[in-house]
Amino acid sequence: QAFRVDIIREEEGALEFDMVGIDAAIANAFRRILLAEVPTMAVEKVFVYNNTSIVQDEILAHRLGLIPIRADPRLFEYRNQGDEEGTEIDTLQFQLKIKCSRNPQAAKESSDPNELYFNHKVYSKHMTWVPLGNQTDLFPDADFRPVHDDILIALLRPGQEIDVLMHCVKGIGKDHAKFSPVATASYRLLPDITLLQPIEDEAAEMLQKCFSPGVIEIQNIKGKKVARVANARLDTFSREVFRHEGLKNLVRLARVRNHYIFSVESTGILPPDVLVSEAIKILMGKCQRFLNELDSVPME
Amino acid sequence: VQADGTDGNCITFVLHDEDHTLGNSLRYMVMKNPDVEFCGYCITHPSESKINFRIQTRGGLPAVEPFRKGLNDLMGVCQHVLNTFEVRLLPEELRGLF
Repeated sequence: QAFRVDIIREEEGALEFDMVGIDAAIANAFRRILLAEVPTMAVEKVFVYNNTSIVQDEILAHRLGLIPIRADPRLFEYRNQGDEEGTEIDTLQFQLKIKCSRNPQAAKESSDPNELYFNHKVYSKHMTWVPLGNQTDLFPDADFRPVHDDILIALLRPGQEIDVLMHCVKGIGKDHAKFSPVATASYRLLPDITLLQPIEDEAAEMLQKCFSPGVIEIQNIKGKKVARVANARLDTFSREVFRHEGLKNLVRLARVRNHYIFSVESTGILPPDVLVSEAIKILMGKCQRFLNELDSVPME
Repeated sequence: VQADGTDGNCITFVLHDEDHTLGNSLRYMVMKNPDVEFCGYCITHPSESKINFRIQTRGGLPAVEPFRKGLNDLMGVCQHVLNTFEVRLLPEELRGLF
């Protein structure tokens, strides 16, 4: 009906858009689905062949699990319950094999680890994809790797090495937060600031300071300074204006009921507009599932 | 999904593997139906992932109908949101096609 979506700002990994004419229940449902039910791929099982570093096995496995993996989860299936091995349709395999050694060409008195040792910092760029089965044929030009190359996993000293094999599976945020595809997803309602009486001169200046910059604008009408609400969207609703006796009764702060400003920040696995589309499709999928159940179960 | 109730007019559905995400939005859609006298949902225990969704209709309407209509309406809303959102993502030139 009277519903529109406006894309306000689209940046590298973040999207800010408005939904007007929707209700709180549905807006919240989208936010919850974005956080917890859009699937992604993340490291689930870590097979440790050799770990002589300071970082314990389980801590290392925990850190590896939290690294976002750039792999489109729609290309993969969920792993079946109880399936230990993992087939090529549901698992991505990564290997991390790195050994720290001493640099023979370092100067005698240097104490900079960058100069003294090779490979003393283990970054996520050292993770390499090991194709399983026919994955090379299925994904000929795909490049599965972590989203960011400079995530520090562990620190090593000469003689220490890490040799692990990782299995990534598809999962949802409800199961473990590492599967959540958004850095965060939130919404707020559009503020509605009304000036109940015209405010002038010094009161206008004070009013402008009470709100976030850009919200109140002072215009010069007939030589007097009059305050006007310029851009209510920028306001963070700090209610500073109610602390001043003179201004307390002249302003009314409210929210526009059905104008939601969504802000979605992606971790880089999928672009945020794809995430929002996926979330909407998941909500549709849930309804469809219950409709199917309704039709199949006989009502007594 | 499991349903039980006294007569055809009031039914409590037990929806497994669901929480506020579907519960609240479905409740909102069903409440918009004028035939529904009572609609609510609750989560029996936060450790168990299931909700009790209850619909009571006025008149002789079987309670399954508003439930089905609510689900269909919710799907319609999602479809509309998806279409509007995707059209807005397209650049200016292509928008005129929709």
